[in-house]
Amino acid sequence: MKIKEIPQEELIAGSMSCAGCSELLATRLALKVLGARTIFIVPAGCMSSVNCYWPQMPFRVPMFVGPFAATGAIVQGASAGFRFRGMKDINVVGLAGDGGTADIGLASLSQAIVGGRKFIYICLDNEAYMNTGTQWSSTTPYGAITTTTPVPEVIQEKEQNKKDIFGIVMAHNIPYAATACPSYPFDYMEKVRKAASVDGPAYIQVLAPCPAGWGYPEERSIEMGRMAVESGMWYLCEYENGQLRFTYTPKKKRPVSEFVSAQGRFRRMKPEHVADLQNRVDKRLARLEAMAAVK
Amino acid sequence: MGEKKFITGDIAVAHAVKLARVGVVSAYPITPQTPIVEQIANFIGNGELNADYIKVEGEHSAMGGCLGACMAGARAFTATASHGLAYMHEMLTYVAGGRFPIVLAVAGRTIGPPWSIWGEQQDSIQQRDTGWIQLYAETAQEALDTVLQAFKIAENPEVFTPVMVCLDGFNVSHTEELVDIPDQDAVDRFLPPFNPGATLNPDEPMTLAMGAPGQLSTTWRFEQFQAIVGAKSVIEKVDKEFGEMFGRSYGGLVDAYKCEDAEVVIVSMGGLATGAARDAVDSMRRSGTPAGTLKLRAFRPFPTDIVKRYLSPAKTVLVIDRDCSYGNEGAVCSDVRAALYGVHPCPTITNFIGGLAGADLTPEEVQEMAQEATKTADVERHDIIFQYTE
Repeated sequence: MKIKEIPQEELIAGSMSCAGCSELLATRLALKVLGARTIFIVPAGCMSSVNCYWPQMPFRVPMFVGPFAATGAIVQGASAGFRFRGMKDINVVGLAGDGGTADIGLASLSQAIVGGRKFIYICLDNEAYMNTGTQWSSTTPYGAITTTTPVPEVIQEKEQNKKDIFGIVMAHNIPYAATACPSYPFDYMEKVRKAASVDGPAYIQVLAPCPAGWGYPEERSIEMGRMAVESGMWYLCEYENGQLRFTYTPKKKRPVSEFVSAQGRFRRMKPEHVADLQNRVDKRLARLEAMAAVK
Repeated sequence: MGEKKFITGDIAVAHAVKLARVGVVSAYPITPQTPIVEQIANFIGNGELNADYIKVEGEHSAMGGCLGACMAGARAFTATASHGLAYMHEMLTYVAGGRFPIVLAVAGRTIGPPWSIWGEQQDSIQQRDTGWIQLYAETAQEALDTVLQAFKIAENPEVFTPVMVCLDGFNVSHTEELVDIPDQDAVDRFLPPFNPGATLNPDEPMTLAMGAPGQLSTTWRFEQFQAIVGAKSVIEKVDKEFGEMFGRSYGGLVDAYKCEDAEVVIVSMGGLATGAARDAVDSMRRSGTPAGTLKLRAFRPFPTDIVKRYLSPAKTVLVIDRDCSYGNEGAVCSDVRAALYGVHPCPTITNFIGGLAGADLTPEEVQEMAQEATKTADVERHDIIFQYTE
């Protein structure tokens, strides 16, 4: 997608989301690609509680505020319902947070992918339950403080790794899956476009830096996303027709210590934890690169 | 002309789903409802029903699939029981609060522990306050007819409330009887094409099930309350219409059997309790006791006025509950008691809790309980008899 092709029309306007919210940016960019023939199923999370609460309704597309655990089931049902009625031009989109995807919603997402119906599932991953004030989720990274992990588990010498939902989704043999970040808008929008063109389930996991939950000034959200990708804390991949590939590789890798030291949530990490994290990040990337190398 | 077949309650429900031209079925197996969703899968597989069948990973998602389909504008159905219904609980409140006209069949089964597959009404009764209409069928024929009626009731714009059609596990779900399966053309005349109410329509974008502050939520709840109370007359009207068209009707909200001059009235719901109560009444009448049975067809909305009208003239009321509200009494009995509040002279009310987890309820036993109940002289006594062996 080129900059000239991005429509002027805004399908979300007047939101009361926090300044610097990259979930909102990711949703707005997705709507630029998907257009007005889109319906969103949104479980509990920032997008529903902030943007679907009467009378503040900034969305100009149909929304359903759904139960936390049922996003996958409801998108399957809506997809089946529209197909039954012969309405093929509607993008059915599940828009859930990381907790709604990786924790309470994982079973219904898994079954929806297996079901094979056409839908897009966007996971807005800000790495904790931010809507309720930053509680730990299974996508919270190594070493991060949350209100339910005031002393992160690694500091208590317990194992803690971010749950690899992208890997779990790939393991379903899904037609299309991707990772993205709104700090790389064209990469992300191209992935949304591809997801919409797939005749089956498509999944995009979007890293969504959160000023309030991560502990950085709100004007630095784009920078945080870039630092995440450039340090290998996040990666931009896509999985299509059984093939994994990187859609962007940073020219020069930055150490994770830069990413970590820029955010309040990592403040309890000691130098040995940062070294351990660097080691884990390197290994994870090496594993993904090895997967991508298999043609 | 319809055709007559020797089928179970579960299969009868599946026929009703086919005849209602359901668009999406979203289902997960659990005894004793499984034959319903198996039979529907067969109907779809052999081309008799054009519907999309969503196989889900649990009952929470089964109702989630129905909800999605309904919001997309397709008529949706599922069936469950017992732990499955308990697992679906959150979704039930969502569907009712969102005013989505979905029909759910429940083949009533106990909830463990003790673990058991056998019949009871605890599963549906403990979903009492989720905002669903609950109709209880006595026979396989009534189960089929009630499912057809349920779609028409749920989709009435004055109602827009989901309907749970309950049939006793095994006693109705798995017992074969001769069932008249109506003709498709006749059903099409009875049941208009699906009216989903609010949908996710890009031409008319709306936020469904939005967040709302206290005052607006209270208004929303009040409308929900009015709709389900107002459904009483719709249930009666739909049953009457059904009767005119198919020659069978079930009394609307209640079915009163020999209640006119009855001094002893047995209140029951579903197949097992009502069947035993009818036989007990016949036997008591033969021995000179004027007895009757009031079968509650609707538990929610509760037919308070009708219950009051039928029970006020009696001296003795025995309420059979195949459920228990622990710490109080059977849930049906409490509602009957409340309906009779202020009636003077008030009949004595005895609660008989039995038929749990498939335990048989024989006519002899019910008769014995009714005779026991006549010995209670004090209307303020809350007698509860448990079907209990040491």
